[in-house]
Amino acid sequence: MEKTINITLKVWRQAGPKAKGRFETYKLNNISTDSSFLEMLDVLNEQLVRERKEPVAFDHDCREGICGMCSLYINGHPHGPDGGVTTCQLHMRKFKDGETITVEPWRSHAFPIIKDLMVDRGAYDKIMQAGGYVSVNTGGVPDANAIPIPKAKADEAMDAASCIGCGACAAACKNGSAMLFVAAKVSQLALLPQGKVEAAARAKAMLAKMDELGFGNCTNTGACAAECPKNVSLSHIARLNREFICAKLKD
Amino acid sequence: MAKKKESAVETAVSAVETVVKTVRKRVEKVVQDETTKEAVEAAKNAAEKVARATKKAVETVVADDEYVTAKIPEGPLAEKWTNYKAHQKLVNPANKRRLDIIVVGTGLAGASAAATLGELGFNVLNFCIQDSPRRAHSIAAQGGINAAKNYQNDGDSVYRLFYDTIKGGDYRAREANVYRLAEVSNNIIDQCVAQGVPFAREYGGLLDNRSFGGAQVSRTFYAKGQTGQQLLLGAYSALSRQIKKGTVKMYTRHEMLDVVVIDGRARGIIARNLVTGKIERFFAHAVVVGSGGYGNTFFLSTNAMASNGSAAMQMYRKGAYFANPCFAQIHPTCIPVHGEFQSKLTLMSESLRNDGRIWVPKKKEDAEAIRAGKKKPTDIPDEDRDFYLERRYPAFGNLVPRDVASRAAKERCDAGFGVNATGLAVYLDFKYAIERLGKDVVEQKYGNLFQMYEKIVDDNPYETPMMIFPAIHYTMGGIWVDYELQTSIKGLFCIGEANFSDHGANRLGASALMQGLADGYFVLPYTIQNYLADQIQVPRMSTELPEFVEAEKAVNAKIDKLMAIQGERSVDSIHRELGLIMWDFVGMARTADGLKTALEKIKALKKVFWTEVYIPGSRNDLNVELEKALRLADFLEIGELMARDALNREESCGGHFREEYQTPEGEALRQDDKFSYVSCWKYMGEGQEPKLLKEKLDYEFTERKTRNYKN
Repeated sequence: MEKTINITLKVWRQAGPKAKGRFETYKLNNISTDSSFLEMLDVLNEQLVRERKEPVAFDHDCREGICGMCSLYINGHPHGPDGGVTTCQLHMRKFKDGETITVEPWRSHAFPIIKDLMVDRGAYDKIMQAGGYVSVNTGGVPDANAIPIPKAKADEAMDAASCIGCGACAAACKNGSAMLFVAAKVSQLALLPQGKVEAAARAKAMLAKMDELGFGNCTNTGACAAECPKNVSLSHIARLNREFICAKLKD
Repeated sequence: MAKKKESAVETAVSAVETVVKTVRKRVEKVVQDETTKEAVEAAKNAAEKVARATKKAVETVVADDEYVTAKIPEGPLAEKWTNYKAHQKLVNPANKRRLDIIVVGTGLAGASAAATLGELGFNVLNFCIQDSPRRAHSIAAQGGINAAKNYQNDGDSVYRLFYDTIKGGDYRAREANVYRLAEVSNNIIDQCVAQGVPFAREYGGLLDNRSFGGAQVSRTFYAKGQTGQQLLLGAYSALSRQIKKGTVKMYTRHEMLDVVVIDGRARGIIARNLVTGKIERFFAHAVVVGSGGYGNTFFLSTNAMASNGSAAMQMYRKGAYFANPCFAQIHPTCIPVHGEFQSKLTLMSESLRNDGRIWVPKKKEDAEAIRAGKKKPTDIPDEDRDFYLERRYPAFGNLVPRDVASRAAKERCDAGFGVNATGLAVYLDFKYAIERLGKDVVEQKYGNLFQMYEKIVDDNPYETPMMIFPAIHYTMGGIWVDYELQTSIKGLFCIGEANFSDHGANRLGASALMQGLADGYFVLPYTIQNYLADQIQVPRMSTELPEFVEAEKAVNAKIDKLMAIQGERSVDSIHRELGLIMWDFVGMARTADGLKTALEKIKALKKVFWTEVYIPGSRNDLNVELEKALRLADFLEIGELMARDALNREESCGGHFREEYQTPEGEALRQDDKFSYVSCWKYMGEGQEPKLLKEKLDYEFTERKTRNYKN
C-alpha cells in the first residue's frame, strides 16, 4: 500500500554560469514512497510554479535509466545513495520520513554549470569525436557473420558499451578524471575485431582530448566504478592503460 | 488544390493552342489556292477538336489527382528499389560540398542520416534538443531489430519480412515502401556490426536471434535489453566522426520552432537556443526532419519527457500532410500506472513474451481477492490460471502482435479479471521459463529488464510474476511522405517515426529500429540526391530574406502571447488533463460518440490553455516551462487531429479499434472497400477544419486477408 513521507530538500540554485549559487531549502509533505526522485522534483516544481516562483532546472529525459541525461549529486553521491541506478530510477522509498536531502549538480571542472542543477557535458561529446568510433562509411561493409567473435569477448564489449555517458564517473572522481568513460569506449572497441585496427590511435587521441579539456588524471581510487549507474568495471581502465602504453611504446 | 488544377489545365490548353497556331501558319504558308483553303479550314477545325479533347482529358486527370500519389517506381515489387537507384539523379562530389542540408533530430533516423550525408560530402547542420546527440529517445528501445538474414535457417526471407510487416500493419501500409524496408534490413545489420555494435552472439561466435510478436521466425538481433542504445551509439559514433571532420555541424539544446518555405520549397528552419532563449535562423537547400513520434499527446506514455510532435505540426501548418494521425500503438507490456504523481510509463520489452506467459485468474473471486491484497498470484494453482493469449490465439500464443495483445488484456480487465489494486493489470510470469531453462539462463537473457522492474515496483520478478498493462508507445501515423521520403512540400523530407510510411495501422516489434536506420542510412541518402541534383545552381540564401524574417516574427509572436497569459494553471496540469481525455476516448477502444466528446473536450481545454496557463521566468533565458508550453500547444492540436481521423475511419484496423466494427469474437473488422486509403490531412488555416485527401492503397502483390493469429 502507498506510504508517504515528509522531507526537507536543500537544493543548489544558480541563475546562470557566471552567477553566484546558493542552497535553498524547501519542505515537501506527503511524498509517495513509490514515486521516483525526479517525480518528487516534479512535485517541488509544481509547488514552486503555484507560488509563482521559478522552478528548479534539472536535466532529465527518458526516465528509465538509459539516456544518461539526468545527473544530480544526492546526499554526496552521484545518482544518489542506491547502487546501480540513475537518478531517474532512484525511488523515494530509499529515504526516511523527516530526512533532509541535499541536491547538487555535478561538480567537475570540465562540466560547467548552466543553471541550477544543469551542467554542460559537451566535453564528453568532444572526447568521442576525437576517436570514439570505427572509421567505416555507410555501405560496402562485409556480411555481419563474416567475422565470428567469441561470445565472452562480445559480452565483455557489451558490458563496456553499456556506459550511458552521464558523467557520474568524472563527478565522483576526486581528480575530476573521465578515465572510466574513455576506458569504456576504448575497451569496447579494442575487444572487437572491427575496432582493433584503430585501437592504438584511438586510445591516444581520446586520452589527449580528455587532458586538453581539463579533466584530471586517474589515480586508481575507484570512486568512478563504485558510483557508475551501469556498473562499468574498473578493469576497463586497466585495458585502456594497456592499449595506451602499447601505443606509446610503438611511437 | 483547385488553383493548382486550374493552372495545370491552363498550361496544357495553351500548349495545345500554340500547336494549333503553328500548324495553321505552316499550312497557310504552303498552300495558296482556293480549294486548299478549305483543307486548311478543315485542318484548323480538327486541331481545335484536338485542343478541346485534350483539355477534357487533362481535367479528368487533374480531378483524379485529388488522390495523393506517392511516386512509386514501376516494375515488379522486388525490382522497384533497384530500378529507382539505377535511374535516379545523383550529385557529383564537387557540388555536394556546395549544398547544405539541415537534419533535425539525432535519433536512429536523424543521426544515421546526418552521418551518412556528411560522409557523402554534403554540408550538414544537425539539431537536437538534448545536451548531446547520444540521448535521443531511440536510446531507450530495448528488444531488438529485425532483419531478413535467415541466419537461423528457419525459412525467413526478404519476402517473408515484407509480408509479416504488411500483415502486421493490417494492410494499411504501402507495399513498395515495406518491401524496400525488408530489402535493406540486412545491410543495417552488416553496417552496425562494422561499427562495433556488440550484438548478442552464440558460443560459436555468430550472431544470435530471438523472436518477436507477429512472426514465426527468429529474425530479431539484439544487444541485451539495450538494443536501441547500442544502435544509437553506433550511429552517434559515425556522427561524431563526421563532426570531427567538419562535414556535420552539431547544434545541441536547440529546438526547431518552424520550417521556412521559399517559393514552395523548404529552405531552412527557425530554432530556439534552449540555453539562451535566442531565436536563430538557419538556411539549407533541403530540410530533413526526424523528430520522432507524438505519443506524449497522452501525457503518460513510454516516450521520453521531451519527446514531442511540434516539428510535425510546424511542417503540417506549412502545408505538409499529416497522415493517419489516429494510428497509435498501445504496447501491451508496460509497468502499470501507480499514482497521480506519475510522470511517465516504463516499457518492459516485448522480448519478455518469448519466455514469459501472460495470465489472469480464471475465477473472478481469485481476481477480487488479489485486488484486495488477500491473495498472492503465487497462491493461484496452474489450473486456475487463464493463459488467455494461448487460449485465444493458439498459433501465435503469447507472441501475437501488440495491438492484439493489448486489446486482449483490456478485454480481461474490463470483464473483471484484472489484478493489481486498480484491477488494471495482468501477469507476465517467468515461473515456467525458470523451471524450463533455469534461473541463470533467464537472468542472462532478461537480467537488466528484471532489475529495472524491481527498482520501479519493488517486487522480485524471479519470485512473483510481473504485472503489466498496455500503454501508449509509438505512433505509426505521422507526416505524409512519398516513396522518396519527401513530404508534400518540395525539399522537405521526413524520416523515422516522424513519418507515417512503413507500419500501416500497427507496427511489429523490433521494426522501429529497422525503419529508423533504413531511412537514415540507406534510403534518404539516395532519394534526397534526386531532389538536390536540380538544386546545384541555387546559391546559399541569406537568412535576411522576408520569408525568414516573417517566420521568426510569427514564432516570437507566439512566444510573447504565451508568456503574456500569466494565468493560474501549470503546463503539466493541463497536459495531464489532455492525457486523460486521450486515454478515455481516443485510446484502445474508440466509438463515434466518444470521439465527438473528445473533440469537444479538447476544444474546451485548448481555451483553458490559451487563457489560464502560467509560465514563470523570462523568454530570453533557459526556461523549461516555456519549452513545455510550446509543445503542449501542439499536442492539443495533434489530439484533435487524432480524434478527427479516428472518427473519419469507420473501421477497425491494427491499433485503431472502433467498437462499432468488430467480429463476433471481438477481433478488428476492416472495411477494405471504403477505407483502403491513407488519410492525408491538409491544414486549411487556424480555426478551420483540415481537408481530407486520400492516398489509395492498391495491393498489387499481396492478397488482403483478415489477420489470423489463431491457426
